[in-house]
Amino acid sequence: MTAPLPSLRARVTPPDAVSPAPTHGHPPLIEVDRLSLYYGAARALHDISFAVPERLVTAFIGPSGCGKSTLLRCFNRMNDLIDNVRLEGTVRIGGEDIYARDIDVIELRKRVGMVFQRSNPFPKTIFDNIAYALRLQGLRRKSEIADIVEQSLHQAALWEEVKDRLHASALGLSGGQQQRLCIARAIAIKPDILLMDEPASALDPLATAKIEDLILDLKQQFTIVIVTHNMQQAARISDATAFFYLGELIEHDATSKIFTNPARKQTEDYVTGRFG
Amino acid sequence: MATFLILAILALILGNIFLQGGTGLSPRFIFGNADKDMFDVASAGVWPMVFGTAARVILMTLFVIPVGVTTAIYLTEYAPALSPFTRIIRGAVNNLAGVPSIVFGLFGLGFFISAVGGTLDVFLYPDSPKPVWGKAALIWASLTLAVMTLPVVIVATEESLRAIPLGLREASLALGATKLQTVLRVVLPQALPGILTGGILAVSRAAGEVAPILFTGAAYYMASLPQSLTDQFMDLAYHVFVLSTQSPDIEKTRPILYGTVVVLLLLTFALNLVAILIRARVRRNLRRLA
Ligand SMILES: Nc1ncnc2c1ncn2[C@@H]1O[C@H](COP(=O)(O)OP(=O)(O)OP(=O)(O)O)[C@@H](O)[C@H]1O
Ligand SMILES: [Mg+2]
Repeated sequence: MTAPLPSLRARVTPPDAVSPAPTHGHPPLIEVDRLSLYYGAARALHDISFAVPERLVTAFIGPSGCGKSTLLRCFNRMNDLIDNVRLEGTVRIGGEDIYARDIDVIELRKRVGMVFQRSNPFPKTIFDNIAYALRLQGLRRKSEIADIVEQSLHQAALWEEVKDRLHASALGLSGGQQQRLCIARAIAIKPDILLMDEPASALDPLATAKIEDLILDLKQQFTIVIVTHNMQQAARISDATAFFYLGELIEHDATSKIFTNPARKQTEDYVTGRFG
Repeated sequence: MATFLILAILALILGNIFLQGGTGLSPRFIFGNADKDMFDVASAGVWPMVFGTAARVILMTLFVIPVGVTTAIYLTEYAPALSPFTRIIRGAVNNLAGVPSIVFGLFGLGFFISAVGGTLDVFLYPDSPKPVWGKAALIWASLTLAVMTLPVVIVATEESLRAIPLGLREASLALGATKLQTVLRVVLPQALPGILTGGILAVSRAAGEVAPILFTGAAYYMASLPQSLTDQFMDLAYHVFVLSTQSPDIEKTRPILYGTVVVLLLLTFALNLVAILIRARVRRNLRRLA
């Protein structure tokens, strides 16, 4: 049943990788080809083609309801949970069609982690929140689990704040801490890709800044796709930006280009705040 | 206003029972053996009935909780919401809740004793002159009660499952958990208090019922306590019925009658208390994490 994806990291960077957007020499990791998605009869995504380069931060921007979350959830097949969703086109990750019949969705989700808009720590201890996924993977050795928990909390810049209360409830943390815990939980199982759906939208500026620093740090190791409504945030942390409008990909380019010299009028209007 | 009316009626009923029944209560009465002459105020005891009622309620709980919880999990987590099959199950559960308890008694007689018990006897004890499984027994009475209280447990469990935020399930699934792992490790622990509430309601409903056990297990008189699941048992609720309908002199046996009612109430309360204490413990553990 398990159809292992080819090791995504082992891919050698080909010179001038083919990708519609500038990728700074980073090969495409997620390739979306003529993707349309329907909720029942309503089309939420319309004929989208583009690629997400490896180990860069790609931002999705666009007005509410334009399909950013829907597209993001295509990458780890979270849309499978919704009845009546129909897909056309293909999504390939590491060259593998993730909607192919023999793909193991469980394996896919271990390689494509997700952080949600509303932080959703389990009502368990801080430690157990992270250990949960490790135990699911069959890890039993206590010392090994404890090591990875600590390492993940360090990576998520949360260790110093929680090291004395690892066995207290995760729900006692502040909103920003909870979200960093969710990030720690997602990276503990070492995915290749981290999907983040407005991870800082419910946080104050200070907590948001921490998450942004964290993202810049994590991109050394992970390919990150982030949905955001905050233009400054997209400009600060992303390398490439995709602008969506009414289910269509309007423009996809280097972030600096999108924000200073976009090719399309709609993009310019949106990033300068003239609509949306 | 209506609340006061209800409280007043409740106080009237309980006051009357405890006033009249309190005098008949004594350790000898509660823990004493049933006498062949169960209408003799001086020697009557109800311990076998206490034992029988407790046994059938506890056994019923052991049957109804796993089946009810599994059904509720199937309905909320797995069944496609709008499929005809799901609708049929839901309709059946709702209808089951409206069936009079005497019908459950007849069902137990026809299904458990004749069909299931009779079949077991054919295969396991083909040479036995007397039925072993195919007769009224503790296990059949408990199973009949379990069928009767199934809707309560299913509905209570479903409600508590639905109250658990989608975000928690998504978090688990996004980490590569299977649906079953998500249900068992994230959803069920949160739903436990609600499930126990269902159990408490089931116990309350079942403890005082006579009709479902009338044909399926309750005995008028037995010289000893039931020794196995296939034995019949004496029962407090049934005994109340016997005392109030079969007594040769209703005035003289009144203290026994009221005493038995009080013991039945106390036992129901005690069984509920156990469940309530367990639930309080579970809640405390959950709250520690909230
Ligand atoms: N489960 C669903 N069932 C039906 N329609 C849905 C569902 N989820 C989203 N939609 C519709 O699909 C479209 C895209 O929604 P989506 O959530 O992807 O937008 P979004 O760009 O993430 O918006 P926001 O910025 O507000 O989060 C919207 O029109 C929305 O109403
Ligand atoms: Mg969204």
